[in-house]
Amino acid sequence: MADIEIRAVRKSYGKNPILHGIDLAFASGEFVVILGPSGCGKSTLLRMIAGLEEITGGEIAINRRVVNRLEPRERGCAMVFQNYALYPHMTVAGNIGYALKVAGVPKAERLRRIEETAKIVGLFDYLDRKPAALSGGQRQRVAMARAIIREPSVFLFDEPLSNLDAKLRVTMRAEIRKLHQRLSATSVFVTHDQVEAMTLADKLVVMNKGVVEQVGQPLDIYHRPASIFVASFIGAPAMNLFDADIDLDGACLAFAGAKLLIDRALAAQLGAGTVTVGIRPEQCIVAPDAKGGVAMKVDFVEELGSGRVIHLELNGHPFAACVDEQTRVRPGDWISLVMPLAQLHVFDQKTGRRIEVDLDPRAVRGPAGQPALVTV
Amino acid sequence: MDKRAAFRSWWLPSLFALPQIILILLFFYWPAVAVLRWAFTLEPPFGGAAEFVGLANFQEVFADPLYWNSVGVSLAFALCGTVATIFIGLVLALAVDRQLPGSGPFRFLYILPYAIAGPAAGMAFRFILSPERGLMASVNAVFPEFWNPAKYGSHALILVIVVFAWKWAGYTFIFLLAGLQSVPRSLIEAAAMDGSGPVRRAVDIQIPMLAPTLFFLLVIMMTEGFVGADTYGIVDRTTEGGPNHGTDVMVYRIVEEAFRGLNYSGASAQSLVLIGLIMIFTFIQFRYIERQVHYK
Repeated sequence: MADIEIRAVRKSYGKNPILHGIDLAFASGEFVVILGPSGCGKSTLLRMIAGLEEITGGEIAINRRVVNRLEPRERGCAMVFQNYALYPHMTVAGNIGYALKVAGVPKAERLRRIEETAKIVGLFDYLDRKPAALSGGQRQRVAMARAIIREPSVFLFDEPLSNLDAKLRVTMRAEIRKLHQRLSATSVFVTHDQVEAMTLADKLVVMNKGVVEQVGQPLDIYHRPASIFVASFIGAPAMNLFDADIDLDGACLAFAGAKLLIDRALAAQLGAGTVTVGIRPEQCIVAPDAKGGVAMKVDFVEELGSGRVIHLELNGHPFAACVDEQTRVRPGDWISLVMPLAQLHVFDQKTGRRIEVDLDPRAVRGPAGQPALVTV
Repeated sequence: MDKRAAFRSWWLPSLFALPQIILILLFFYWPAVAVLRWAFTLEPPFGGAAEFVGLANFQEVFADPLYWNSVGVSLAFALCGTVATIFIGLVLALAVDRQLPGSGPFRFLYILPYAIAGPAAGMAFRFILSPERGLMASVNAVFPEFWNPAKYGSHALILVIVVFAWKWAGYTFIFLLAGLQSVPRSLIEAAAMDGSGPVRRAVDIQIPMLAPTLFFLLVIMMTEGFVGADTYGIVDRTTEGGPNHGTDVMVYRIVEEAFRGLNYSGASAQSLVLIGLIMIFTFIQFRYIERQVHYK
């Protein structure tokens, strides 16, 4: 159990800056997932916590102890690598027990703990095998057992599931979550897979190009993305994002030749100009007879089994909407797409940051003139 | 589809192969046959056809205590030389593999000695380790007779082994560095996370992963130590087999007997024994040591 504090941490390779001042704090026992596209610096940050990369600037503290100058072994972290990094010339037992052997734990005690750990991850029958004789999932388990046996205060996972096939990934995901509940060590899990991130995280950190875009609970980030990047990165299919002009006279958002009426006072509050507006495909409503919708042509349809995603086109701008099984449309059909105002996200185009505004006309004004949700 | 080029005539491919065939015949088979013939015959002292003497040449060789001395010296030279070259190459490779700032030029420098001919290196070390004026002279000034390869056979043997190791460590270094660089970096990192320091990591992770390379170098360096051209060159330029046959390695003795003593028959018999020995050593290495090697 340990908390981790990352204060103004920077990293550069030569003159190439990778991380531009990261500030994060992870509470003891928390499961933190760092999510971002490849090359965003998330693995580098993890390796800096582990002690495998030097810290160019700033401080990392584990359990209120600054670890910048400490060797990896002195930090109390265990790490699961993306390619497992199992020692090929040692048996499973040798791999799991290596840390104890280095620490000088007597052989009998070591064997007892190896067997105990192997039982936790279900590898008891494989202790004499070499890694080459194991399947991908089993190797993954050895890598986890190797981390567990050290009873670390911090678990670090560097994209540990990305080498597994889709089915095994789901199983291992659940196992990692269960393991965390059992051991309740602070865990930092790096991934580029948003499903992994959403399902595993107590706290989600979204990174892009060496900066933290947003920190929060997964659902919070899903419902209130703090920037255009987060909005486009989280959620599948991706959020519909489009540029809209605020028309003060007509009190509407004008985009791609269509118009969405909004409250006049709200429009004034946003001010004239262009904003980026987003809406999730799963919150769009498709109904042939719906009023207030925007007429769009169906481009193509993706079947998902449980539902389908229809891809639409409006004057050259692509849109997507999720519909249930009952809604049958075919490419070339015209449908009416309703975008509930309450579900729209508004972003500043210059900064890319979210503008906190509720476009729902039924919203009542809060005391300071701020929009608030209405109870109908 | 068959991608091999097919010749319709027989003379054209033969013509292409001819230069190589001539070279092999001239410099390999002819001498080999000559050695075989000489080993079982004796030249009459005043001319005439060589006389078949059966195993008499071998009996004479085996009865000579100096011959057995040279076998012992060769064994010591090859074993110590091999261990020293591999150990030095390994330490240097491990150091360079850490890629500390400024390690780049060393990679180049450590390989350099291999480009220097053995006799030239031997000549240089005769002066560097000369007991009167070389590096050891200052030690000799404090402890008289601490180092004198001109007087003590063991010192002379150490001298030739040092020269051999100095030159060939660059060779093992190249192979071991290449081997180390093919060890996945994440394995080293995993070991570091497991609490293992640089030396422990080298012993537990890197060296076991180098086993195939080490085995290859063991075979090559043993053979080089026994019959390598450098072995002869180094001994010839530094100690000339002395003092008192202290560095009289088998190759040196063979060349001396053949070309200074003009005893072709005895030298040929010794050559055959040496070839046999090399074959036995290589067989042992493959039979018993290769089993311990973990190939990926």
